[in-house]
Amino acid sequence: MGAFAIQSEPIDAEVVRRAVLGPDNGAVIVFHGTVRNKTADRRVTRLEYEAYEPMAIKQMERIAAELEAEHGVSAIACTHRIGELAIGEDAMVVAVSSPHRAAGLATVADFIARLKRDVPIWKKEHFEGGAVWIGTPENPQGEGLPVS
Amino acid sequence: MRYFAAAREAAGMTSEQVELEDGGTVASLLRELTTRHPALADATRTLRFAVDEDFVDTEALLRDGAEVALIPPVGGG
Repeated sequence: MGAFAIQSEPIDAEVVRRAVLGPDNGAVIVFHGTVRNKTADRRVTRLEYEAYEPMAIKQMERIAAELEAEHGVSAIACTHRIGELAIGEDAMVVAVSSPHRAAGLATVADFIARLKRDVPIWKKEHFEGGAVWIGTPENPQGEGLPVS
Repeated sequence: MRYFAAAREAAGMTSEQVELEDGGTVASLLRELTTRHPALADATRTLRFAVDEDFVDTEALLRDGAEVALIPPVGGG
């Protein structure tokens, strides 16, 4: 696989980790974004993710190229899940390899922040009594359209 | 046209073909879309637009055969 993927199957974090390995690295960082059981005070029963897949891959590649240049890290890989997910499952796994840990840790944080802003992946929260598409706190536009 | 997430639900479809006059922009496309799908009108303030998988502003000219997507606020991660 390439360094970036969107898939409906559960994510194998080891595959994502292996995509960034290389001899120059002093640090390999693997981040798991998992499905939480509540947002604010609302109990979430399950999550549904949807993606504009080719654009999502293209935007992840663009963000990674920017961050590799900005932070001098070796490699970035990310797999994001789509479809229905249960509480506790991985929605996303990000791996970054770097000669030094500080740059790698900063890159993980920046990659996630930019993904939440510019990668066309959407999350619908299902809770008792309804469901809503989520705009992230990083996105000042907040929640989008009302859900029918 | 490609519709996703809340925009897909408002339009009631995942994709469609739209014909515009020569010189059509994202803004003129949006006027046509909100005529076809009034439920989209409430959303235009929060939508972003992509042409051929890159974000564009509403002044962007549309070439023949362009794939345009409405991008509601994203929520990955």
